[in-house]
Amino acid sequence: MASLSRRHLIRSTVALAAASALPVPAWARGASLSRAQNGSGELSGEDIELSIGDHHFMTGTRSGHAVAVNGSVPGPLIRLREGQNVRLNVTNNLAEDSSIHWHGLLVPFQFDGVPGVSFPGIRPGERFTYEFPIRQSGTYWWHSHSGLQEQAGHYGPIVVESADPDPRYDRDYVVLLSEFTPIHPHEIMRKLKVGEHYFNYQMQTATEGEMSGAMRRMWGQMRMNPRDISDVTGSTYTFLINGHGPADDLQFAFRAGERVRLRIINGSAMTFFNVRIPGVPMTVIAADGQDVAEVEVDEFQIGVAETYDVIVSPPDGSHAIVAEAMDRSGMGVASLTSHKGHRASPPPLREPVTLTMADMGMMDHGGMAGMEGMDHSMRDTSKLPADVKVGPGLDMVSPMPMDRMDFPGLGLDTVKHRVLRYTDLKAKRMNPHREVDREMRIHLTGNMERYMWSFDGKKFTAVTDDPIRFGFDERVRVTLVNDTMMAHPIHLHGHFFELVNGADHMHQPLKHTVIVQPGGTATFDLTANEPGDWAFHCHLLYHMHAGMMQVVTVRPFSAGDGA
Amino acid sequence: MIRAMLLAGAVLLPAPLAAQDHSGHGSRSEPAPEMDHCAMGHLPPEQCGKQEESEPAPAMDDGMAGMDHGSHGAMNDKSAPEDAVPARALEGPRHAADAIWGREAMEPARRELARGNGGMTTGMVLVERLEARIPTDGGETGYLWDAQAWYGGDLNRFVLKTEGEGEFGGAVEDAEIQALYSRAIGPFFDLQAGVRFDPEPDSRTHLVLGVAGLAPYMFHVDGALFLSDRGDLTARVEAEYDQKITQRLILQPRIEAEFAAQDIPEREIGAGVTKVEPGLRLRYEIAREFAPYIGVEYEAKLGETADIARAGGEDPDGFKVLLGVRAWF
Repeated sequence: MASLSRRHLIRSTVALAAASALPVPAWARGASLSRAQNGSGELSGEDIELSIGDHHFMTGTRSGHAVAVNGSVPGPLIRLREGQNVRLNVTNNLAEDSSIHWHGLLVPFQFDGVPGVSFPGIRPGERFTYEFPIRQSGTYWWHSHSGLQEQAGHYGPIVVESADPDPRYDRDYVVLLSEFTPIHPHEIMRKLKVGEHYFNYQMQTATEGEMSGAMRRMWGQMRMNPRDISDVTGSTYTFLINGHGPADDLQFAFRAGERVRLRIINGSAMTFFNVRIPGVPMTVIAADGQDVAEVEVDEFQIGVAETYDVIVSPPDGSHAIVAEAMDRSGMGVASLTSHKGHRASPPPLREPVTLTMADMGMMDHGGMAGMEGMDHSMRDTSKLPADVKVGPGLDMVSPMPMDRMDFPGLGLDTVKHRVLRYTDLKAKRMNPHREVDREMRIHLTGNMERYMWSFDGKKFTAVTDDPIRFGFDERVRVTLVNDTMMAHPIHLHGHFFELVNGADHMHQPLKHTVIVQPGGTATFDLTANEPGDWAFHCHLLYHMHAGMMQVVTVRPFSAGDGA
Repeated sequence: MIRAMLLAGAVLLPAPLAAQDHSGHGSRSEPAPEMDHCAMGHLPPEQCGKQEESEPAPAMDDGMAGMDHGSHGAMNDKSAPEDAVPARALEGPRHAADAIWGREAMEPARRELARGNGGMTTGMVLVERLEARIPTDGGETGYLWDAQAWYGGDLNRFVLKTEGEGEFGGAVEDAEIQALYSRAIGPFFDLQAGVRFDPEPDSRTHLVLGVAGLAPYMFHVDGALFLSDRGDLTARVEAEYDQKITQRLILQPRIEAEFAAQDIPEREIGAGVTKVEPGLRLRYEIAREFAPYIGVEYEAKLGETADIARAGGEDPDGFKVLLGVRAWF
């Protein structure tokens, strides 16, 4: 370990020296050379060198192993220009295979970075070059797609500058949300598998929770836990903003009167965040890197792997940027301040969230009269289509799954101020007009007690040779039906799909990741116009690791297409 | 027998479905979810454009009408159903990456991908009860262990169970070890089959067939039939419930009952219900993995087995105070 530290010390020093030659943004502050930096510099140009290595990471009172890129967690901000070509040279200094997936970038499939789908992976000691043109602008991110390395720190932001300058802001900051845990990710997975709600210290107890006895018995009868909001919580996670925990005092500077663009990226493994800056309204200008019509909100929930760009015009003073974990077991905090050194005090954590009937896929509104005498069966498998496998891996079938695009996210349906909903998003630019060629429904299935997760009741291991097949340029309307009580952020590689969210069909917002709310449905229209093989999965890292993944193929494909 | 016990248990459970309070359902503040016909795909895209300008879709408060989600295929006359995959989508190659990087390079990565996305095997060791048992009416303080370990995937597992007791300073009185193959037979239950070996009180082997899992209302149950190498059929059922008092303080009612299909004189067992042990344990989870507890248990031999005990000058029932630890790793 000693020699390892020394080697990394040298490398970190070099990295820092290289970084200091560039204008270092505020998000990159806070370095200690004996360990991985919390936050890092940025890289740009046509040739970019990235190096993956083992490091030690500290934040607050927690410390442990990290997989860092160029010696920092998160790894460097990669800043590109729309229309340029880029060669990303990635050296793997780990003892195991690694990879980088460019989340949200439109790339030839063989450079998408998913070992076993797009390429063989990067072996220990190997240097792999990704090369592709930059066809878009916006806020994206990159992360490992090998094992559970992403949890350990192997991720970073991407900003692609538009060819057209945007005059709407004076300052531009990346706000990358993530988590740090001292527990090895494989051990987290094992603890989830053996059950016992290991990380949940917000369960209903005899002394806690307002649910009536009758309702508690109903949940118990179904063997479901109404406080099952997040699988992994603040009991082991320190929530990070740009690699800084709440104790690390990250500050973003502004001058009174300035308009500040915040590029908020949820680069966490398992945590949905509620993002707000108390007292400062936020104007959402982009979702998943794609421009949307401006909409002003006071708070929004960001699912794992999503990004939102907002513009704020904070009044003089210090304001807390609060990224509260959806289950309210902790928060990431930074200060947006016009007084250097001043620290904004964040509001306290709000009360834990309790699931409701709507999250079971039951209607939940005033007209309950019709439901008297209704069978409360939460696993009526006759409601499932034939292609859903019914087995131990499926513990629930939503009785009446409804479109929940208008749901602001667990715990945000009862707050008083303005909260972003998917139904608020409208693409800024017009999408091509397309008729739907085919419709499909994919069920999100799972078993909380066994910690099994899958699509259509089949883990990835059962469908390795049974991909979801699309014809090139086929327009497919995909409805995701959530037969579980967890919110799943579903990500399709290589494409942007359009959310069927009530916006007129030429202005359906483009996204790469969509949250499917518990017990509900979400629908998107996809034009499958990127040939090759692509990963399609739940972006909750341990759900994917449990099998909630499938390969999507777009054909015809010829080797010449991608290159 | 086990099934009968489980059923009986289910009948005794609190709050049958019919008695559930539905009045709470209407009291929540969340607005009624709106039925967006565009979002639901009920309307072709052309009409969605118009709808955008007009009124929002009406709230869906007319009961169950229109809730048939099975008919989505019919929503858009022009669109094909899910299984109408166009012919071009079935064109090769089977794996696009093979055409770029070669099949040889991709195969190991594909195997690794499957292993890392659903193919995980893992395991745990759980010491459910490790306790000292102090009789309230005097007598020797005893000890008891009850542990299990498993290793495997989501559905198929190898399970070891061991249980036994004795008195401090004395010999082990009862001990058994089971080696079982466990197969998930539903979302909440495993079927377990294998062998049980008892080194004490006399060396004996059984075939085991059991069911373990999570019953409605969150009762953990474990029931098994045992057929001994001498042809004796016995059974055992355990059920327990974890009531959280706080996030770390947990009260666990637990009941265990044993049955015999015939007299087993050499083990002083009579046919029928042979033993019942209801108990209450209060544990504090210093960590999830380590929880010391205190408890009380009533232990009673019943029926003919009790008669045999009395005839031997032994008290067939009594209370015990428990001090122990629950742990896993």
